[in-house]
Amino acid sequence: MGHSREGSDVSRTGKISIPSTGIELPLDLDLSRRDILKIAGYGSLAAFIAACGGGPSTSSSTTSVTAKGGKMTLGSYQSDSVPKKALQDLVDAFSTANGGTKVTVNTVDHGTFQNQITSYLQGTPEDVFTWFSGHRMRFFASKGLATPIDDVWNAVKSNYTEGFANSVKGDDGHVYAIPTSYYPWAVFYRKDVFAAHNYTIPTNWDDFKALCAKMKTDGLIPIAFADKDGWPAMGTFDILNLRMNGYDFHTRLCTGQEKWNDSKVTDVFKKWAEITPYYSPAFAGLTWQQAADQLLRKQAGMYLLGLFVSQEFLATGSQADLAQLDFFPFPHLGTSFDAEEALDAPIDVFMVTKKSPTLSGDLGQTKAFMEYLAKGSTQTAFYVESPGAIPTANDADQSKYDPLTKKAAQIVSSAKRITQFFDRDSRPDFAGPNGMQQFLLKYLANPTSSTTGLQGQMQTFWDSLGPE
Amino acid sequence: MARTTSVSPAKADSPEAGELVATASGRYHVLTRYDRRVLMAMVGIPLFLDILLIWWPTFTSLYYSLTNWDGVGDITSQNFVGLKNYQFLLSGGYFQFWPAVEHNFIWLAWLTFVATPLGIFFAVLLDRDIRGTRFYQSVFYLPVVLSLVVVGFIWELQFAPTEGFINNAFGLVKTGRIIDWLGNPHINLFAVLVAASWRHVGYMMVIYLAGLKSVDPTLREAAKVDGANEVQTFFRVVFPVMAPINTVIVVLTAIESLRAFDLAFIINQGKNGLELLSILITNNSISESTRVGFGSAIAVILLVISLGPIVAFLSQAMKVSRS
Repeated sequence: MGHSREGSDVSRTGKISIPSTGIELPLDLDLSRRDILKIAGYGSLAAFIAACGGGPSTSSSTTSVTAKGGKMTLGSYQSDSVPKKALQDLVDAFSTANGGTKVTVNTVDHGTFQNQITSYLQGTPEDVFTWFSGHRMRFFASKGLATPIDDVWNAVKSNYTEGFANSVKGDDGHVYAIPTSYYPWAVFYRKDVFAAHNYTIPTNWDDFKALCAKMKTDGLIPIAFADKDGWPAMGTFDILNLRMNGYDFHTRLCTGQEKWNDSKVTDVFKKWAEITPYYSPAFAGLTWQQAADQLLRKQAGMYLLGLFVSQEFLATGSQADLAQLDFFPFPHLGTSFDAEEALDAPIDVFMVTKKSPTLSGDLGQTKAFMEYLAKGSTQTAFYVESPGAIPTANDADQSKYDPLTKKAAQIVSSAKRITQFFDRDSRPDFAGPNGMQQFLLKYLANPTSSTTGLQGQMQTFWDSLGPE
Repeated sequence: MARTTSVSPAKADSPEAGELVATASGRYHVLTRYDRRVLMAMVGIPLFLDILLIWWPTFTSLYYSLTNWDGVGDITSQNFVGLKNYQFLLSGGYFQFWPAVEHNFIWLAWLTFVATPLGIFFAVLLDRDIRGTRFYQSVFYLPVVLSLVVVGFIWELQFAPTEGFINNAFGLVKTGRIIDWLGNPHINLFAVLVAASWRHVGYMMVIYLAGLKSVDPTLREAAKVDGANEVQTFFRVVFPVMAPINTVIVVLTAIESLRAFDLAFIINQGKNGLELLSILITNNSISESTRVGFGSAIAVILLVISLGPIVAFLSQAMKVSRS
């Protein structure tokens, strides 16, 4: 309090907005294209903002939406040390840039945060929270637990490609999130291990299996795999289903328009069983970090995981280890869907809650923060500290990317179809430890046996779920 | 309440109970108005808390269990599904339900026949004034002061497949015959039970030891004089005398196994062989999946199962206090 807030004259760093005109005067005389767009955006959207019920914004329709100084709160699932520190630094930088806005960050263990998200959003959440795009974002938006931020989006959308724009739209067409980073899933390996054994990158399924067999004779675990957490196995299911049955079938399956006892799903499980003998021993008791360490310590040859595996290399290995990390896209399966080059590339976002008790007072700061997150410079700074994901903004400084990130951005842009990952594309009550996680663990416990009974259970379980 | 007999009639508001006082309606009460207020407060406050904290949640659970409510917004008439949740559970449609019931009963059997007797055994040994009794007492009791979450972390480190103590100590990692203690659905329940027992044994030991200390030593002397050996003394004399403590032990064991949750949840959120009723409730109703109605149905079933030991405990406690 005492600081300027929503509807005050001083709106953003270095700018003065003239009340009731919607005009911002930049003090630093650095009026970029984006600033002009922002001003235009505010002017044209002011009425709309009022209509969306953007807090107690009773001020006249042309007042700027952002405010500096003051305070705001942020609920974060970034509980791992590397991204946690990067986020804190981001917040500090925002605070400095936004007139000393006091940002309280509440960091909760990643898994706990996810599990408690529904009660969290309905209770007394922070103003802003870290979350995922896809079905999981739309779900809470349609339940009225998130605040639409079309005004912020209009100010920053020129900095995003069409794909990102679609990923943050709710079922009602409003924008509910700011995408800040994304990462592809691919097959990771160590360049030095491949060089030492003269391995070549497999491009098709047979080569891939032959390489696995070769690695096994060389005393390596061919494929590092860990599924104690339940979700990593979904990555393999996704890619096999995408490549064997195509993007359309996969998304329909995720949303219940296809049946789990379809023979196409049986085929996926059969195909999968061809590589399960090459997995890490005792994988059902390993965490993804432990499997990443197998790759890091040259005990394992390959690892199908998201780009965030590099965080583990950075956390427990050295910069030299990180330099050896490389990946290749999942091999072709010889189906007509290979051409889609579909892959999982989940987008991480920030959203504004609805029920935060402080939101009405902090809305200006919150929106300033959301705008700040959409800046390339913000995302680049975060990326440099925590290089597990690729910035989303068009103006992110790509010269700062390491070769791995450049390659990751490349593989995603060359994909014709992109999915978010099973637990972001399907309904949460099916994807969690109650459902899909358990089904895949059951399958993996005995991959070669018939999956008819299992698939029947999956369909029965799906049918038992209530309306969404 | 100390008081003197008064000749004059007690005033309505005086603390002089026991007098017959006419009320406005002309009826007579044994208690003064003051006494009645005290009584009302003494009964009312606990009753209020009881209703608020016990009966209210119980009946809301029952109510929710008849719906498919997802925890967001209000419950409308469209949410009511009757007994469908129960039907789906009991018919085995929900594939995790019967395994969870089975695991709860395995948990109960293990604690009853392995962990609790071991705790009693330690208590009997420590009761014999061997050297260092206090030291051993502390050692065995130490895990009890740790929260089960910490116990879970400690045992995860022991059981971890490649980095864990057990597999490395037995050289299983080197020889490549790794045992997946926590990931193999056939053995992980027992691995978790070992961890649970580690704590439960100390807990039972302390309770039983306290009971043993209160046994009249003359009983043992008499048994000795009669020529009973140690085993006979314990089973024929001490054990029957300890009947109230035994009930407490049995009930505590039953309750511990019904509320088993923390360890399995810490390890893998209670899936893949570690399903427990309490975890199913959590995973369904307060997780991201938000099937509050369905989770409540499981909670009601757990409540019904729990009523068994609770009723047994209360009837025993009443019997003891009456006699």
